[in-house]
Amino acid sequence: MGMELPIENAESHEMEDVNISDTELVYHVREALTASLTGDYDNYNQLVAVMHLNGRLGPDERALLETSLKALSGAVSYLDSVHHDSLLTSIFGMNMWNYEPDVMDALKGLIISLAASNGKYIDSCLSMLVSNFTPPYFILDKLTLPYGLERKHQVLSRVHAALKNIADLVPLSPLRLLPIVVQSMPNAKHKPERLKMIVIYVENMLTLESGAMGELVGSTVLMAVVDRLIDLDVEIEWEEILYDDSSKGIFEMELEDVEDDGELSRGSLSRKSLTGNVIAELLDSLLVQTFEHLESCERAGRLIEVFETLLQSFQITVLNAYKSKFAQFVMFYACALDPENCGLKFATVLADIFVSGVYPPLTRMSTVSYLASFLSRGKFLSISFIVSLLKRLVDWCSEYCKTQGGDINPKAHRVFYSGCQAIMYVLCFRMRSIMDIPRLKSQLLLMPLDTILKHELNPLKVCLPSVVSEFLRQSKAARLFTLSKTFIFNDLLESELSRGFGGIERLDMFFPFDPCLLKKCDSFIRPNFVYWSMVRATYDYEEENSSDEDAAEDFVDGNGDEVMDDGMGRSFDEHDLDEFDYSTLNKMSITPKNAFVCRFEGKLGQPTRMPSKIRPSTSPESL
Amino acid sequence: MEGLKVSDANLVVYVHPSMSNKISQAILRELSSLLFKFSETFEGVVLAYDVNILDKIAKILSGIHPYFGVSLKANLLLFSPKPNMLLEGKVVKLTQESIHVIVLGFSSAIIIDEDIREEFKYKAKHGDELYASRSNRRHKIKVGTMIRFLVKSFDEEILHISGSLIPAHTGSIRCLDKNSEDVSLTNRSTRKRREGEGETEMQENETFGGGECSLSIGHQTKKLKKHRSAKDH
Repeated sequence: MGMELPIENAESHEMEDVNISDTELVYHVREALTASLTGDYDNYNQLVAVMHLNGRLGPDERALLETSLKALSGAVSYLDSVHHDSLLTSIFGMNMWNYEPDVMDALKGLIISLAASNGKYIDSCLSMLVSNFTPPYFILDKLTLPYGLERKHQVLSRVHAALKNIADLVPLSPLRLLPIVVQSMPNAKHKPERLKMIVIYVENMLTLESGAMGELVGSTVLMAVVDRLIDLDVEIEWEEILYDDSSKGIFEMELEDVEDDGELSRGSLSRKSLTGNVIAELLDSLLVQTFEHLESCERAGRLIEVFETLLQSFQITVLNAYKSKFAQFVMFYACALDPENCGLKFATVLADIFVSGVYPPLTRMSTVSYLASFLSRGKFLSISFIVSLLKRLVDWCSEYCKTQGGDINPKAHRVFYSGCQAIMYVLCFRMRSIMDIPRLKSQLLLMPLDTILKHELNPLKVCLPSVVSEFLRQSKAARLFTLSKTFIFNDLLESELSRGFGGIERLDMFFPFDPCLLKKCDSFIRPNFVYWSMVRATYDYEEENSSDEDAAEDFVDGNGDEVMDDGMGRSFDEHDLDEFDYSTLNKMSITPKNAFVCRFEGKLGQPTRMPSKIRPSTSPESL
Repeated sequence: MEGLKVSDANLVVYVHPSMSNKISQAILRELSSLLFKFSETFEGVVLAYDVNILDKIAKILSGIHPYFGVSLKANLLLFSPKPNMLLEGKVVKLTQESIHVIVLGFSSAIIIDEDIREEFKYKAKHGDELYASRSNRRHKIKVGTMIRFLVKSFDEEILHISGSLIPAHTGSIRCLDKNSEDVSLTNRSTRKRREGEGETEMQENETFGGGECSLSIGHQTKKLKKHRSAKDH
């Protein structure tokens, strides 16, 4: 009686009339499978044909498919991996997104049975489930519609339930799942259509991380996500960021610079910046997703564990990636969520890497750039903590001064110079806040800044002139440090010497936590971020006394004095909050070129304002 | 349970020169990479190790990377199931077609319906699925039961076992053990049941009129005074 079942055109009433029990169905399928071994392929082929039912299925076809799948799950032990290859291939080729929930359930059941029945099938089962992480192309665009959202939920909840079920039955399956998940991840080399899938794919990875298997697969999955962020990050080139359609003048200027370098031809530019924007959009979404995941981790009270993994992957990949632009904000946001633990840990680890001698110079230079930028920009860091880390940097530098001598040599002493620049950079941002707290002020005054900066290696001449002059201006006002001879930099953004110690990598101009120019991402970062426009310098003490009170009200932070009090030295109007859209992506703060500021001043005659928007923190001075 | 053995191995671990200041860490990492994988050399899955460094002197290999070989004596706990061995495991899923078992918490095993002897009958009552013995109504297998089964084959790559419940000495461990004790201890009139950590559970079962498979012979109150060996738990 069950014999009719796999026949495609079996009429529905026939099936209703003949009340076939599940057991009988199972036996029928078993017979079909066994018969095919002896050469009788009729029923077997019908079964394979049922698996290929696709597209819009009528109720009969759906019922047929569902029952066949269910019956097959009872007959998995009769499947022969060689002989029934065609059937297995068609099962593993099925995509849950194409079916209704009842069929999805049957398919899920079959996959679980298959995975648990024989070691041979487990990889294929896991791959099949992982391939269901992403929808077919035709659904991708509909995912924002209610229908698409519902379908997505239906599929993904089943996929993850199945993965968990398999892990319960086959305890070692997560080990096999890991490489599959990591390898199937869409990468930047894929076509844009495939790359678009990455957002939903990463969503699935993060679901895995926070799910029951998180303990086993979490850290690897998270590292893979960070790796992919970096991959996408490096796809966006610094040059692309600089081109700005909205301000023609700058665009032309930068174009000239590029042509000077002979790096890119005019023709390739427009195309490149276009792909850059697609990738930037993706990266933005991915970062937001990661931020949201971090938030959920924080709510679940496991941010610290997750942060350990992030820190590890930061050291392996982000830190050594050449001038990563956005991926580091994952760390920044994690620290912002839990400054007490993560923030302290992050800064301490960075300082450890810098002062320890075992890392290569480039790593140490990039580390100290991260540290300086982090200490300057993290609104959530307490001033006393910043001072304690500054002290470590100063101590290292002064130790270095004792053992080294000789003339200025940007290349040989590049780690030292980068350390000095970091100290000055942080002080540009934080000097005023430190000076406001007597205890910290005395600590700062006790630091041997004099000996370091007046040492014969002469860091003041080598570090970025913009940082140095801002530092000198502030320290003079604060009576922290004075020089007998005056430095005149002629508004240089950088000098030959600073270029020398930065090397072709230009690590002298690397400030990783400059304002984030990804729109959605920035909304997460913004509340935790110290903009240069918010920094009160020591020298405008008197000027701003009147506006001080209002500013304090705007920026009151729950943590009181210890937290950076973010009064504004300058009005907020200068720093247009709404400016940060995609066009500002093209105004990334650090440029490899310096000619910019000088020319800019000449053209617009507003040197104190405009450059801040274009590259807010190449140096504090640019404001 | 069979399939477990301890073996003494003389090993040489080649350590990368970059790890020369943390040798023991490097060695432990290397040995840990063996865990839960089938190793042809040891003919089994390494479950645990205890390691002694024999000599402070290591041989340095010539080459671009001067790895150095550290001689070790390691005590390895191996899991190497062979056909016809008896294994024990916990039932995690039960359907009419198969029983899924996990052995030692990491290795999965399946017993398909053809390998379940006729004595056991599949029943589904109130959503609870179980296999019940026809001859001994106390002998039941359901999710959570510890069972003893025979190995049919072992997939070394994924550590997947195919098992069988055909032989008479397979089935629920609690019941099997009780039956055998029963034979040897029938002359005792009173027995005290003691099940180690399972004691509370057993007492509860008594209150409800019999455990999963209590003693089948005799109707007098029996107390079994016996400490179970740890492996039963």
